[in-house]
Amino acid sequence: MGKTTLTANLGIALASQGVRTAVLDADFGLRNLDLLLGLENRIVFTAQEVLQGNCRLEQALVKHKQEPNLALLPAGNPRMLEWLKPEDMQKMVELIKPHFDLILIDAPAGIEDGFKNAAAAAEEAIIVTTPEVSAVRDADRVIGLLNTREIKPIQLVLNRVRPKMMANQEMLGVSDVTDILAIPLLGLVLEDEQVIVSTNRGEPLTLGAGKSPAAIAYRNVAKRLRGEDIPLPDPNQMNRGLRAKVKQFMQTKIF
Amino acid sequence: MTIRDLIDKLLGRQQASATTAKHRLQLVLAHDRSDLNPELLQRMRKEILEVVSRYVELDLDGGDVSLETEERTTALVANLPIRRVKESALQGLVGSNEIE
Repeated sequence: MGKTTLTANLGIALASQGVRTAVLDADFGLRNLDLLLGLENRIVFTAQEVLQGNCRLEQALVKHKQEPNLALLPAGNPRMLEWLKPEDMQKMVELIKPHFDLILIDAPAGIEDGFKNAAAAAEEAIIVTTPEVSAVRDADRVIGLLNTREIKPIQLVLNRVRPKMMANQEMLGVSDVTDILAIPLLGLVLEDEQVIVSTNRGEPLTLGAGKSPAAIAYRNVAKRLRGEDIPLPDPNQMNRGLRAKVKQFMQTKIF
Repeated sequence: MTIRDLIDKLLGRQQASATTAKHRLQLVLAHDRSDLNPELLQRMRKEILEVVSRYVELDLDGGDVSLETEERTTALVANLPIRRVKESALQGLVGSNEIE
């Protein structure tokens, strides 16, 4: 849950940190990456025209105005799903590769053809999930499929974390999820109302100097991806005071 | 188990929902990952018990054959409390060891 939001924010954050980044919307059925990036009005050509040879790649790529290091390759018409093959995705990525340092592919939900297409062109993967049973189960299924494709590393971003609920043990803890999925944690994004505000405006949170919790989390994910050693926050430390200390004590594992 | 779980247990309260969630997930994922359907597992369980019962008398109420999962590998775990070793099995063993 949160793939497109992560792709948009991570793309902007990486670009602002000097990484030439391309974001590729592989969710052809329900495309939204253009909307979250605020680029929906600037699309002329899409991946469809590039693949069919009706335009050059440079004509289809939409450069972000404030972060010129970022470019979007928009998804084409949903009818693309009828003919798109994994090889087409690989071809597209090969075309983009020489011009950028990093390509983020926004995969569609589910594990059907759309997912297989997106995975065909990927070298590494980031799994975004919330700490809820159904989301974690789905994430596990996706990790299993990626493992068989030898995509690695596969890293985890835990989304919509609510420290208070975790402290009360009414939400799966961070270690619960990482124990179950057995993949390394790349980031923790707290539940943050500003995410909705930013999508309303089409301005990702990481754009500019926003200091909301999710913005900081996304920027840290970008830094860790680039190899910087940024310690992960402990949700338990976010609540202070005696009550928090008692709750923390209650979470102590005894066996 | 956390301290809160222990207190909940002592007071007979419902355990924290996160603990329930983790247990339920671990169970369902063990099955998801192994792709064994419950019917097949049931049959395997029956046959394992049959084989073991030839040698020892089992406490069938306390026993359990289940799937457990850790670090993305799934293991078949059999917990079969033994009441006593069967006389007939012992005799067979003694017989086969009699080499002079």
